[in-house]
Amino acid sequence: MGSYNTSDFKKGLKVQIDGDPYMMVECNFVKPGKGNALYKCKLRNLVRNTMLDRTFKGGDSLEAADVTEIAAQFLYRQQDMFVFMDQENYEQYELTKDQVDETWKYLKEGMVCSMVLFNNKPISVSPPNHVILKIDYCEPSIKGNTATNLTKPVKLETGAEVICPAFVGIGDMIKVDTRNGEYLERAKG
Amino acid sequence: MNTSARPDDFLPTATWDRLRLRAELLARTRAFFAARDFLEVETPLLSADTVIDRHLDPLAVTLPHDASAPGVGRTMWLQTSPEFGMKRLLAAGGQALYQITRAFRAGEIGALHNPEFTIVEWYRCGDTMVEGMQLLSDLSEALLLLGPADRISYAAAFEQHAGIDPHRASPDELAAVAKRRGISLSENLAGTDRDGWLNLLLAHLVEPHLGVARPMILYDYPASQAALAQVHDNPVVARRFELYVRGVELANGYQELIDPAVLRARNRAANADRTADGKPLLPTESRLLAAMDRGLPPSSGVALGFDRLVMLAAGAKSLAEVIAFPIERA
Repeated sequence: MGSYNTSDFKKGLKVQIDGDPYMMVECNFVKPGKGNALYKCKLRNLVRNTMLDRTFKGGDSLEAADVTEIAAQFLYRQQDMFVFMDQENYEQYELTKDQVDETWKYLKEGMVCSMVLFNNKPISVSPPNHVILKIDYCEPSIKGNTATNLTKPVKLETGAEVICPAFVGIGDMIKVDTRNGEYLERAKG
Repeated sequence: MNTSARPDDFLPTATWDRLRLRAELLARTRAFFAARDFLEVETPLLSADTVIDRHLDPLAVTLPHDASAPGVGRTMWLQTSPEFGMKRLLAAGGQALYQITRAFRAGEIGALHNPEFTIVEWYRCGDTMVEGMQLLSDLSEALLLLGPADRISYAAAFEQHAGIDPHRASPDELAAVAKRRGISLSENLAGTDRDGWLNLLLAHLVEPHLGVARPMILYDYPASQAALAQVHDNPVVARRFELYVRGVELANGYQELIDPAVLRARNRAANADRTADGKPLLPTESRLLAAMDRGLPPSSGVALGFDRLVMLAAGAKSLAEVIAFPIERA
């Protein structure tokens, strides 16, 4: 894959540190008091989703990480294994519950997700930003009350719990923003 | 770098409001110096001489002997600051001089760096570091309207923010501070030298606190970082000072070194360090040394990063917001 020199450092660069893939989220070139060039960087561990602050010396290099993003369709779940299929080459990938992380809450068979591969192995998967899912259970709706300031928790067919306006009911389809888990609107089934 | 221009790359990265502020600050800078009887001067951007500094890399330009062979000819240097030219003018009788010019430094690209940038540089004969700091504070006050600058010595700032004596601590002791404070470094930085550790601690622990409430002048640098400043004997510190505003290094000043023998020794040492770093040697003899051999009057001088000044005045976060066409669009 080659490597990146400090002069190539920029936001979005995918690199390897101690065997883990990282994405550079910030890189500040500093050179205090006519001193040596320093690169103060913030990197996100793409496996563990933790942040790393590290300072590099001008001329340092980091190995490039073979990180790719693919569109993968969720096929099925078997106990703690989640099986996806690459939309392009039909290759199947199995992810553990840890790797799927919070995404499981929105996974419905057939849903096309975005999967990140490191050295051709899956490390994470994210659902589409907006998903439409059916309400599996909630307290009965209050007839005639369409005020949006009244809310209640609902449980979706995939297991996610979402706070919704009080007027929705079991069997309704709703649109949810998966980035913050918020209800967006009632959708037509 | 992607050199294939995108269609919108012809546009400036700074807004017209910022460009107007820039013009206004240039005018106010000129008015400030005119009111104090400074003469505005111009010296070559392209010179046979260049400052020799371990960590400053000048851009070399070849002046071809023959237009058909553009790569062959005499090497000249784009100036990293107008220091040499201005000091030659002092040696030739200049009293109080200032210049607003472009300077060039290879490899310096970032939110606070552009390889081509605007410097305001001035010298006044007879000034020591004390008057030099006062004049810098006055200019900062006039342009930024943030009040006069506070002052703190390099030693006191390190004591306060890093808990260590920067003039006496060993490299190992400095490294221990970095470790204790959780500063994560690449392997190549782990073996840095004493000045390297001081710079690291300065960047991580000290600079973020400087000039937060009011502008701050950091003074009395380690003698090993004297550059072109005089070194005082007791305590052994360089008569060098820097202005910080909101953690951003804005200006660097000296009570100027006038002894040519000391400069020759520093030039040799800097070139030796450059060789060790795998960098090319720079010419050690210069017309500045010739001027110093003849006699350079005592003075204090300061170089101020004008783009950063505009950035701070505008409340912007990067130079690209106050430069019409930064290097990516130059």
